[in-house]
Amino acid sequence: MTAASPPEVLRAPLVVEFPFTRSLGPVQSAFLTGLREGVVLGVRTSDGRVMVPPAEYDPVTAEEIRELVEVAPTGTVTTWAWNGEPRPQQPLGTPFAWVLVRLDGADTAILHALDAPGPDAVSTGMRVRVRWAAERTGAITDIACFEPCEGRERGSARPHDGVFADPVTGIVAEARLDYTYSPGRAQTAYINALSERRTVGERCPSCHKVYVPPRGACPTCGVATTDRVEVGPAGTVTTFCIVNIKARNLDIEVPYVYAHIALDGAGLALHGRIGGIPYDQVRMGLRVEPVWTDGGRYPDHYRPTGEPDADYDAYKELL
Amino acid sequence: MRTRYAREVAVVAFAQSDHQRRTDELSEVEMVMPVLHQVLAATGLKAGEIGFTCSGSSDYLAGRAFSFTMTLDGVGAWPPISESHVETDGAWALYEAWVKIQTGEADTALVYSYGKSSPGSVRDVLTRQLDPYYLAPLWPDSVALAALQAQALIDAGETDEQALAAIGARSRTAAGSNPHAQLSGPVPQGGYQVRPLRTGDCPPIGDGAAAVVLAAGDTARRLCERPAWITGIDHRIEAHGLGLRDLTDSLSTRTAAEHAGLFDAPVDTAELHAPFSSQEVVLRKALGLGDAVAVNPSGGALAANPMMAAGLIRIGEAAARIHRGESRRAVAHATSGPCLQQNLVAVLEGDPS
Repeated sequence: MTAASPPEVLRAPLVVEFPFTRSLGPVQSAFLTGLREGVVLGVRTSDGRVMVPPAEYDPVTAEEIRELVEVAPTGTVTTWAWNGEPRPQQPLGTPFAWVLVRLDGADTAILHALDAPGPDAVSTGMRVRVRWAAERTGAITDIACFEPCEGRERGSARPHDGVFADPVTGIVAEARLDYTYSPGRAQTAYINALSERRTVGERCPSCHKVYVPPRGACPTCGVATTDRVEVGPAGTVTTFCIVNIKARNLDIEVPYVYAHIALDGAGLALHGRIGGIPYDQVRMGLRVEPVWTDGGRYPDHYRPTGEPDADYDAYKELL
Repeated sequence: MRTRYAREVAVVAFAQSDHQRRTDELSEVEMVMPVLHQVLAATGLKAGEIGFTCSGSSDYLAGRAFSFTMTLDGVGAWPPISESHVETDGAWALYEAWVKIQTGEADTALVYSYGKSSPGSVRDVLTRQLDPYYLAPLWPDSVALAALQAQALIDAGETDEQALAAIGARSRTAAGSNPHAQLSGPVPQGGYQVRPLRTGDCPPIGDGAAAVVLAAGDTARRLCERPAWITGIDHRIEAHGLGLRDLTDSLSTRTAAEHAGLFDAPVDTAELHAPFSSQEVVLRKALGLGDAVAVNPSGGALAANPMMAAGLIRIGEAAARIHRGESRRAVAHATSGPCLQQNLVAVLEGDPS
């Protein structure tokens, strides 16, 4: 047993990426299809106001609202903020203003980007118009941005049936976030030891159970586990199952055995594949040892040591 | 004391971590555990003696699903405990725990929350909480949205850049007496992040955790010399669309405050979860706070804003002032979502001396 050494923190890039596929209701479908066709639609709320962008339920009364109207592609800035350093994936790559724009004929404002030469060219109350994207697909980004324009407020909302050929019924909302993952002190020690083909756990100072892999805390006592303990390399099969279905991208012939293995000195079992023995001869109590492959960052599988089987009493608490 | 609710419930202990820009050497449970131990030690309770445990955190900060399970080991979750989790600030976890005690199913509750913003880019991460149809595809970050609100306030004549700078300066000066704060003392106002907001108007990005113990009635009196009684608590939400709302006001905060009984009597302390200086202007108005009220004597979120914990810390800081005899009646506020979309208000009172 050794005292924990000062942390030497591991880091690795972690990318979380998912294309959320979302279906649209009738109002959102009409709005986004309208954008594709160069038409801006709103919806009339229960109290007669025109909401752009539209929702399917009234924000005040929660009533269903379906009465579509068309508003102008011109409007007035109700508030703004100058974005001197655009972040990746924002609408414009050059400095721009975020704006809330109340389109002519609407009573609420839409958020988007305003292409302007600098903050001195932007003010609340200024007139702007939609700049359409060159290629439009039925998404909020069909509005490339707003741009300054001249002219007074014009037009009021006109009824619109919201009917278009080939309506957009869904969107794919791409989401990618980049992280740098650090596993913390306990798991760093575990991973570092594996690179030397050793397995370390941590002992609870209160109940003395040895956790492998260690997560830094004893879930029974709720205290930090800090005493590092080397366990194994050999261990005992506590329980197992026979896998008969081949997993995609897994180069292992079926059937094979997946087992819980209590490494010697560990207070709970790890899991791993059993090899070097016919699958139907694997049994509880079988003594096994890890087999490492070149460049492997963890044991490829476990094989019998040839020792006599362990007594049930020796591992029954670890099942 | 008022008898608004079925049971008297008090905050009897509060602890928080030293909030830091990065905590790479600590996993979530390693960061949370010292805070849990500290808050339990203050009450003399052992983990197994707690009636209900509730936590707040966010998978998007951690970049993994069911991330709250990463800290469960720290509360001694075996044998099984009565436990729950909210995917938002710990102030809402406290609300759930308070409800649990009101139902009579628990007499004590451990509430904790934590967030590590350092592994990702929190400005980008927070765009994923926005409406996925109209907002998220544009990636408007949290500072940009707060800046739109700030400009609306300036246009309405409710503040100006100088007044906003003074809020930041006051907060970080106050944080000089808070050893847990991430930023304290004179901090340069800095350049524009998203105009009109400068660096000094924005919260520091950091990692941190907080924990609170709640207890009912005589249990609270036994565990704490001066319990901070929750005499009112309520939370409200308003429309998600920013263009639907009057950004210069916070109706949801005012409504929550009315239901929490804030306006029944004056308060001497206000701990407001205003990550941006401009949001303090909005909250002061919504809560009707006069100059006599000590606002954010801890330094507030401008001095330390660990995501998911900063709101719970406001309740904890307000309670701690009552524990220390520095406040008689305090209001604590927590927020979540863009431009103060969701707001929780709690009124805390000490026993009459």
